[in-house]
Formats: sequence, C-alpha cells, structure tokens
Amino acid sequence: MSVLVYTESWDGKFRKSTFEAVSYASETAKLLGTDLVAVSLGEISNDELNKLGNYGASKVISASNIIKGDGQAATSVIAEQANDAKVIVFSNTYTAKMIAPRLSAKLKIGAISNVIEVATSTTPLIVKRKAFSSKAIEIVKVNSEKAIISIAPNSFGLIKTEGTLTIENSDTSEKGGITIKGQETASGKISISEAEIVVSGGRGLKGPENWGMIEELADLLVAATACSKPVSDIGWRPHSEHVGQTGKAVAADLYIAIGISGAIQHLAGVNSSKVMVAINTDPEAPFFKAADYGIVGDAFEVVPKLIEEIKKIR
Amino acid sequence: MNIVVCISSVPDTTAKINFTDNGSNFDANGVQFVINPYDEFGLTKAMMLKEVTGGKVTVITVGDATVEAVMRKSLAIGADAAVRINMNATDSYSTANEIANYLSNNPADIIITGRESIDYNGGAVGGILAEMMSLPFINACNGLELSGNTAKLTREIDGGKENITAELPFVIGGQKGLVLESELRIPNMRGIMQARSKPLEIIEPSSKEGLTSSVSFEKPVEKEACKLVDADNVAELVNLLQNEAKVI
Repeated sequence: MSVLVYTESWDGKFRKSTFEAVSYASETAKLLGTDLVAVSLGEISNDELNKLGNYGASKVISASNIIKGDGQAATSVIAEQANDAKVIVFSNTYTAKMIAPRLSAKLKIGAISNVIEVATSTTPLIVKRKAFSSKAIEIVKVNSEKAIISIAPNSFGLIKTEGTLTIENSDTSEKGGITIKGQETASGKISISEAEIVVSGGRGLKGPENWGMIEELADLLVAATACSKPVSDIGWRPHSEHVGQTGKAVAADLYIAIGISGAIQHLAGVNSSKVMVAINTDPEAPFFKAADYGIVGDAFEVVPKLIEEIKKIR
Repeated sequence: MNIVVCISSVPDTTAKINFTDNGSNFDANGVQFVINPYDEFGLTKAMMLKEVTGGKVTVITVGDATVEAVMRKSLAIGADAAVRINMNATDSYSTANEIANYLSNNPADIIITGRESIDYNGGAVGGILAEMMSLPFINACNGLELSGNTAKLTREIDGGKENITAELPFVIGGQKGLVLESELRIPNMRGIMQARSKPLEIIEPSSKEGLTSSVSFEKPVEKEACKLVDADNVAELVNLLQNEAKVI
C-alpha cells in the first residue's frame, strides 16, 4: 500500500501548490501508516525533484517524456503507478482537473475535488470539500476501496519534514489524441492562481488610465493584478484578469478589492481568500459584508496613501 | 455535425443556500434554477457552430422532472432536441456513465460540458465521460475554431493559455471565452413557442452505481464583521494587515 501524489511542474519548476499537495499526501500517508510516492511529468532537474523530499515524499517517478497537457497520456502514466496506491492526491490546478476525473474513470475509483482537510476517516474515506461556490461545506464518502483527492489551493498549507528521496526515471512515452502547439503566457507577471496577494480593481476606478496605482500597489506587495467582470467586459483590462464566478478563482492569503461593489458573482470567485480588504466610496457596498477590513473612501485618495504607508514598512 | 451539450440545472448564483433534515439535503424551497453559467457558454458556442456547419444540437441533462424548465429554456435558445435521463445526479461518475451510455447509441462529433457546475463544483463529468469514451478532453476551453474535422482549441492554464489541435470527436469543458458574455442568447417569444413542440425525450437510467456519496452539508463559519478603518488613517489598515492578519 502507498499514497501517490501527482507533482505538477511548470517549465521544470514546482510551485507552492505542488508542495501543498505533497504535504497533504504526506499527512494522509502517516494516517495510513504507509509511504508517499510522487509522480512528475515532463523535463525537470534532479535538484528540483529533490525538493519533494522536504515535504515527505520518499520516492519520485519522473516521466520526462510525458507532456502534462496531454490528458490521455498523463492519465495512463499515473495509472501505471497507481496499482499499489490507496489514495491518489492532486492539487486542483487546471491540468489536474483534466487528469483526476480521467483517472477516476480509468481505474473506477471515486474522485473528490475541492477538498479542504485531511480525511476524518480512512475506511471508508470521508473528507470535507467546498461546494456551492464556497457557500457550503460538503462531507463526502468514497464508496470505492481507493480514492482520488484533489485539494483546493491554499486550503491546507505546507508542512516541512526531513527525509530521503529516491529518484526513479521512467522513459515511458505515450501520446493521446491531441497535439499541443505551444503556450502563451504573460511573462514577468505573477499569475492570479499562484499569487499570495491579489490587488483587484473595479468600475470605481473610472477608466483604464487609472490602473497605474493598482499596478504600483501590486508591485510593492509582490501581488498579482485582477479586475471585476464589468471592467474586463468594457475592455479596460484583459479578460485574463477577470476574477469571479465566470472568470478565474482566487484563493489568496490577501485579496484587496478597490472600487468593486462586491456582486455575489464576484464574491463567489474570490471568497476562498483568507483575508479580504474592501476600499469603496459606498458604505452600503455588499463587499463590506464579506470583507475582513474596509475603508469607506475614495480610491484616488486612499490608494496613494496606502502605497506610501506600505513603502514605510518595506 | 452532431453536437451534444450537457446541461446542469443549478441554483441561481444569488440564491440562499440552505439545507434540510440536519444538513443532509439541499433545500430547494424558493430557489430559482438556471442553466449552469459555464454550460450556457457551451450551448451558445454549439448554436454558432451549427449555424456554420449545419447539423443538430442536442442538450442532455441527468435529473428528475424539475430540471425540465432549464431544458425548455435551452430549446428556446435554439437547441433542436433535449434528452433527460431520469435519475437524481448525485455523483459525477454515475452521471457521466449515463451520458456515455446515451452517446454510445447516439454518436456525437463534439460533446460540450461546462468547466464545472456552480452547485457541487465537482468539475469531473467531462473528464470521466471522455475517458469512458476514449476521447480527448480539453478542459477550461476558451477558444474553438473548426475547419473540416480539425479543431484549433485553446485552454486556460495557470498564467496563460495553451494552443491545441484535435480531430473530431472530442469532449470540451467550456467556459467564458468560447463565446463572449455579450454573445449569450436570451430566448425570444418565437423561440419559446417553438420550444414547446421540440422533442424532450426521457430515458430511464441504466444503472445507478456511484463511486462517491454525499454524507451531509455544513454552512461555513460566519465571518466576523468587517473592521472599518477611517479613510484618514490608512496607516492603521497597514498595521492591522501586518500585525493582526499577518498577511503583509
């Protein structure tokens, strides 16, 4: 028996969400009294792979010929390693959302996504997950002997540990029914799903020319920039910055909403953040009901002051 | 071109989410149900593709009779036919299994699901369905252009997008970007009238076997009231974020 974790990398680098999945899987392995094995897909250095040992993995299988975006190939490689696994852990990334359901069908194992805690029972496996756009917590039971668990990003945290890691290379090569023609990513920008802090602007900012202060604040805080739906619909900011129900989901440590009233559709996409700050001229703005901290005031006065104050402590 | 769009009937985003019987069941009382927003992007894209290539758009839902309202709405928007599998959808695997059974007898060129439903947020039906049918699955798909049997697709990835080509048939998990928000269609009177005479077929489920089951629901812990800081005292906000919340 073992616990298996899919350790996703981006251009040969792991991210915080990967180490979070390993930490979670390691805690699960302890619960079951067994070892943790990781699977890595794509080109990656041994130095990078070794970092998995710091979070509790005892072995990693590195299949460098497999492209993770090819869901069929990725699924069959992970399935090959899953014979012995009682629990298979993913972080709920875009790619994992393609692979974990496929794996569930291929191996006929119950899969649960958006999981926020380590299992409260292992036979049968019972976990808590977020549902109804974080308006409820669902307790779910897995009916199959084995289970696939995808954890909600930033819900569990990192747990460091000491240990030795064995690296095993796999030269397996498979190909599914799609061809990947390349990726387009905004270079030098912090991605919204990975950012610990997100600074977001709404219609209260009155026009795209006023985003300078949002970007300055974000730079100071090493944060990603985001916007509300109306702002991307009017074209003040790119659609890739739209956060909320139909846009990207945010689960940051700190979410700062500037000039965003807080429509329920917006809150549904950002309310997984740990701390939320609202800055708005309207004291009746619904965001103040969801926020932890708030300032009723004009963004054009408050944000420059905020920038000044943060400079003092940085 | 045969396009099948999997539709989920979900509580409207503004609905209050409550549970009955000690948290064991969702309380549908007074809740308005709508087409899952991610599915609506997919349905609109299906209509646009059909207008170019010709063919048929079928919507399929797994659910009891209460889901028929959103199915009729899909027909009013322009789908040609609707299929309801008469089973309460309680688990992604059994839901996908029923749809796969239907598709094995009624093959489709493109199968569209939403990226996730806004009620259970499982996000798994599309992927399970694709694996059951040995088809490619492009999730969080935000672009699809068809020329003959080849499609150019884009999918959202962390921090950007990935460009993909695939041959028909395939499954996509749709979202905004497939079509623009402004392109979503509102049913007109003619559509609503026509929808009444379009076929809505009801199929009994083949098996009800699920791999997961819901035990109960809880409401999240209520947040404390927002701490308001005076607009003239921005330093206090920074102090709270640094020393109380410890996030900067």
